[in-house]
Amino acid sequence: MEMRKSQTFLLFLAACCVLVALMYAHAGWRQRADAAELETRARVAGYHGLTDLCLFTDARYTRNPSMADFNTAFQDSPLSLEHFPSGSVLGIPPHLKHRGAK
Amino acid sequence: MSFLNRQSNILDFTLSSLLRRKGKNLALTIVYSFVVFLVASVVFFVLSLKREATLALRDSPEIIVQRMMAGRHDLIPVVYAEKLRGIRGVQRAKPRLWGYYYDPTSGANYTVIASDDLKESPGEVALGAGVARTMGSFEGKVPFKAHDGSFVNLKVKGVMASESELVSSDLVLMNEGDFRMLFNYPAESATDIVLSVRNQKEFATIAAKIAHDLPDTRPILRDELLRTYDAVFDWRGGMVVVVLTGALLAFVILAWDKATGLSAEEKREIGVLKAIGWGTGDVLLMKFWEGAAVSLTSFFVGVLAAYVHVYFGSFVLFEPALKGWSVLYPKFALTPILSAFHVGSIFVLTVVPYTVATIVPSWRAATIDPDAVMRA
Repeated sequence: MEMRKSQTFLLFLAACCVLVALMYAHAGWRQRADAAELETRARVAGYHGLTDLCLFTDARYTRNPSMADFNTAFQDSPLSLEHFPSGSVLGIPPHLKHRGAK
Repeated sequence: MSFLNRQSNILDFTLSSLLRRKGKNLALTIVYSFVVFLVASVVFFVLSLKREATLALRDSPEIIVQRMMAGRHDLIPVVYAEKLRGIRGVQRAKPRLWGYYYDPTSGANYTVIASDDLKESPGEVALGAGVARTMGSFEGKVPFKAHDGSFVNLKVKGVMASESELVSSDLVLMNEGDFRMLFNYPAESATDIVLSVRNQKEFATIAAKIAHDLPDTRPILRDELLRTYDAVFDWRGGMVVVVLTGALLAFVILAWDKATGLSAEEKREIGVLKAIGWGTGDVLLMKFWEGAAVSLTSFFVGVLAAYVHVYFGSFVLFEPALKGWSVLYPKFALTPILSAFHVGSIFVLTVVPYTVATIVPSWRAATIDPDAVMRA
């Protein structure tokens, strides 16, 4: 017997729901599996006194945004007149913005 | 049972109607899915990075004291550590030596730290996994260009674990003597001073005291470090807002196009249906299913594809933006963070407006006389 279009569509939606449920299950599993790795990162960061994630190594204020200077023209503030592409991805650390406004 | 049959029949008719305009609806679904995919990818990526930062930096120094000179971060005299230790509540004040090194051979920037681990190992370095990768084969020794232009070969003691790459990829750890010699670093100066404070409630008081006693310094609190990453990948800033604005505008155009009216063909279809006995409710139900079919399909395809993109595909679409000009880039996989709130928000923001925008103009067309609709 040929399947009706509505049945095919509902089957598709059901399959999507199952995939979303699997997505949640996978996320839970990965969180448990990655716990040791996260612990290693926290230990290394704590031990060496690291202050930032190593996401952007092209400019010092994007490598260590939390250590960046106050806004100095053309340099050292994410999103200032920007030279490096990664500066467009980064926002201004709140403590710099706050103090800069004073 | 009759209710289910009615829904099923109307859904059958709706799907057939959508398939009659296959090209247009397929293109719409693809674009719609891509918009959902972009928004969901950004949301997943940002959530995971924020969590990563919160967990990885939870043991970062409690307070860091930098010296400022003419608005710029300057070297801090080591004697400041004594003054800082004298502040009530400060348990420990430790001067740190760190800086950046540009490797002219690879064009990469490294973060160099004088480490206590290598106190007894002059002439040796420990490398972050990214540095080792960038340097390629170094056969046990790596050359560093010193301040006077000469090259100093340092023996590689080890490479840091790849699990920690997200925080340590670009690190070069070396002995304090080597650090000072390499950069001609003044003997009685440090880059900054880190303080240990046991009572978290005292952070603000101690920071105020530091600002008072050493006015040429600025204290940075751990809370500020952690909040930095909330702001760095905040949805209101940087590239995130560019992506979200683009997606939002796409939705506005989509919804506006739908809400401003139906095509002549769609109007005629409604007129014919009404003429052969369909009620206004049936027409609205059909239009509801039409909107739901397109938006639900796009939502599921977009969200699932975004999950695969961020957590299985190493967020390859974002990579060019993240790498920027970096020669050295850490290899890392993000841990999935799925919040019902965020997935729910994506659903509400994408499925609901489209479905509503489909029903409203149909309701207008369905309530007028079928003869007038067909003649229009």
